[in-house]
Amino acid sequence: MTDVKHHGAHGAQDGDRPAVDLSDPTLTRFEIVREGARRDDIEIVTYESQFPHPGSKQEKRIERAIALLFILAGALAMAFLAVYIFWEWEFELGWTLSDYFTPLLGITLGFSLMCVGFAILAWAKKLLPHEISIQDRHEAMSTDEDRQITGQTMVYTVDELGVQRRPLLKGAVALGLAPLGLVAAAPLVGGLIRNPHKNETPEMYSTGFNPAFNNGQLVRLTREDGTPIRPDDVSVGGQMTVFPGIPHGATNEWADSPTLLIHLRSTDAEAARQANAGDPNEHNQDAMWGNYIAYSKICTHAGCPASLYEQQTNRLLCPCHQSQFLITDNARPIFGPASRRLPQLPITVDDEGFFVASSDYREAIGPDFWERP
Amino acid sequence: MKRRKLDIGALPGATAKQLDDRFQVATPLRRLLNKVFPDHWSFLLGEIALFSFIILLLTGTFLTLFYDPSMREIEYEGSYTALRGVEMSAAYASSLDLSFDVRGGLIMRQMHHWAALLFMASIVVHMARVFFTGAFRKPREANWAIGLILFLLGFLAGFTGYSLPDDGLSGTGLRIASAIMLSIPVVGSWISSSVFGGEFPGHLIIGRFYIAHVLLIPGALLGLISAHLALVFKQKHTQWPGPMRTNSNVVGERMFPRYALKQGGFFMLVFGVVALMAGLFQINPIWLFGPYRAAEVSSASQPDWYVMFMDGLVRLMPAWQIDIPIGDGYVIPPLFWPAVVGLGALTTGPIFYPFIEARRYKDKKSHHLLQRPRDVPERTGVGAMALTFFVVATISGGNDVIADKFHISLNAMTWIGRIGLLVLPPLAYYLAVRICLGLQQHDREVLAHGVETGIIKRLPNGRFVEVHQPLGPVDEHGHPVPLDYAGWVVPKKMNRLGALGPAVRGFFYPIEKPAEAPTSPGMPPVQPREERKELTSGGQQ
Ligand code: HEM
Ligand code: FES
Repeated sequence: MTDVKHHGAHGAQDGDRPAVDLSDPTLTRFEIVREGARRDDIEIVTYESQFPHPGSKQEKRIERAIALLFILAGALAMAFLAVYIFWEWEFELGWTLSDYFTPLLGITLGFSLMCVGFAILAWAKKLLPHEISIQDRHEAMSTDEDRQITGQTMVYTVDELGVQRRPLLKGAVALGLAPLGLVAAAPLVGGLIRNPHKNETPEMYSTGFNPAFNNGQLVRLTREDGTPIRPDDVSVGGQMTVFPGIPHGATNEWADSPTLLIHLRSTDAEAARQANAGDPNEHNQDAMWGNYIAYSKICTHAGCPASLYEQQTNRLLCPCHQSQFLITDNARPIFGPASRRLPQLPITVDDEGFFVASSDYREAIGPDFWERP
Repeated sequence: MKRRKLDIGALPGATAKQLDDRFQVATPLRRLLNKVFPDHWSFLLGEIALFSFIILLLTGTFLTLFYDPSMREIEYEGSYTALRGVEMSAAYASSLDLSFDVRGGLIMRQMHHWAALLFMASIVVHMARVFFTGAFRKPREANWAIGLILFLLGFLAGFTGYSLPDDGLSGTGLRIASAIMLSIPVVGSWISSSVFGGEFPGHLIIGRFYIAHVLLIPGALLGLISAHLALVFKQKHTQWPGPMRTNSNVVGERMFPRYALKQGGFFMLVFGVVALMAGLFQINPIWLFGPYRAAEVSSASQPDWYVMFMDGLVRLMPAWQIDIPIGDGYVIPPLFWPAVVGLGALTTGPIFYPFIEARRYKDKKSHHLLQRPRDVPERTGVGAMALTFFVVATISGGNDVIADKFHISLNAMTWIGRIGLLVLPPLAYYLAVRICLGLQQHDREVLAHGVETGIIKRLPNGRFVEVHQPLGPVDEHGHPVPLDYAGWVVPKKMNRLGALGPAVRGFFYPIEKPAEAPTSPGMPPVQPREERKELTSGGQQ
């Protein structure tokens, strides 16, 4: 150990070892490698076989194990191919052989790769000689002189261009290049930027229940398949998800329109009606029809459908971040991260006895944003 | 002159000479091959990240051959019977095809997803090891910063990838992403409208996310990972303190042959584990979620684990809305704080930690020797604090599942999370610092007095004392001369000192003779007990 310390990496620099004559024919290959390492400030301190003598029993044993691993890897790879080619793989309902297709591929491929991995690792760790090498780090590679020279060269380059001395050029370059930079940004920014407030029926504040999308007629509340709804279709205490009765009204094109129609029990309905009447900003006044009330299903927090309705407590729970809204009190948020109530859809029943929205939502639906009035 | 016969043996040498004549590679190549790497298991964590990134590139390229990044509505006609005839986007249909109608497509999809989870996990653990051992100190601050940006990019890559199948879950994720953009003051609605090309969901987002996921983000990752590794190469790896190791050298193995070979084997191992997991464990079964419908969401829909901390922070945030009563009035929704400010601060803030710490300790030196966490209690405390914060936030991201499984009320879970997020990190700091100081003290004790031997001695005055084995020389009274702490493991057990025989090697049967048990000259070796003679009734006296 002490020996090592003296002739460690620093020894490489001390120049206390004789120079190696590479043309010397008696040099072994290892000696050449070691000389090469020395030229890169690496001292190979230990490089010794892990076995007492070449061809020892232990070495043979490890060799056999590694060979076995490689062969096993090959066999598993063949098994993978066999499964891939011959196994039933097309999906069928119920419990079939094809259910095992992917697991079998995984097992054969996984274990095959792992065999190769272990084989290589064993080769490196068990067969190759143990090595300890020490390399110098050379932290302060550049000398002060070098730093000075490089610094001066850079200043010199700038000097020669004479930007400082030629203010006209400085100004001209700026004037010429800045617009060019803007040209590069223009298509990106100009193409992507889109004004959210430009449509005549402003998209941030309107949904599919806006009569403007229905030739000025009131929009019916419909089921997902487009059929209209009569009051009798929702039993007391029941609820139904409804969509605007316009073409594609139930698709993602109208992702802001899904609405929850609830048939409240009469006591709850009375409470809800009173809360509506006392609504400070008057949006919810006269919004109910009978004991029916309709709220936007799009959570005011982050836009998930607030769809879990607890009948006993009249709470609507949003599954995404557990905001809770009190249905009988203007859907006021009572727990969780949502800070704004769910907008209420004013509803009534048309001449044919189907639910319609008496107007669009009177508040912006969905997640909150800066300029919401 | 006679024409010489072609000498096969000299061919490689001759070719090499011709190449060097033209490209002058011999010297730089030798430098490259001659590089010493220190060895420690914790240095493999970064490699796992690298390997899983390679797997992501390979499997991802396969997926692009079948995936159709289009939001066109079509009717599904593939072999998954439960969804046949359902209207869905072409993107979702092609993802279903990848799972059911491309032979071996499912395992590729699952390998890609598992590799992504492994990628993020190994980055986080790698980051923790870099932090707790002080590997980020000068001159490696740049690599620390690159690493954090890699985490952020990985997060974005994961999120965009998760959105591509356009199933029920990913649509919900997109919806939340849009809400997060909307929450940004002043420009929020403009950003969301620009990114989605209109009101959510529009028709463009899948195509845009696709190009980001397969080109822009991987390109940036590739560039940064290359820079990261180039810096490791240039600055050389850090090492633990130990015999022969100093701040100005690297002790280990040269890159070739052994180190590189081990890396290759390790890559195969990681690859194999990912393949095995992909085969055996289902991940993101998109066919169960159905196409995205704005009105539908299943409860307990969880994002990937590395997004959960953000989801948790969003859940725990109280409903504090800021109203700005100017004109029609403006609002900053509560979502803005955890999702925009929080994510931004959590990923960029730590970039400055190396400079803050250097300033605090007035440390301008370069460090190449790692520190044991116990030796820098304050840093370890800060790390424990950050980890605790992350864990509480992540668990809160699944608090509805926990509430459901353990029958706790949801509201209680939220409050536990809120309080935990504030109380537990400082507690973790305090505990970590105390534990570090305790471990330090024990190290110093052993260095001063020696290892406990478990041998109790009775003194002439009747007192019992435990005999300690000194680690170094003793003075004339037989008391150990106190040793200096060297920043590395202090042996604390007798068999670490070689006082007991080493363990016998071999799994089912010993592959070598057990070493002779060491014997003390004062004591004869223990003899096996004589066989007892059977007592027989007959031969009695
Ligand atoms: C794409 C993800 C990443 C890959 C592929 C990667 C890969 C690697 C590899 C292979 C090493 C050398 C071995 C090692 O020290 O473990 C390394 C070193 C390093 N990594 Fe990363 N890493 C990633 C992410 C990160 C992150 C998230 C951080 C921290 C915020 C980070 C900070 C560092 C630092 C400071 C070093 C130098 C450590 C030393 O020399 O001891 N890396 N990285
Ligand atoms: S989206 Fe409803 S609580 Fe967050």
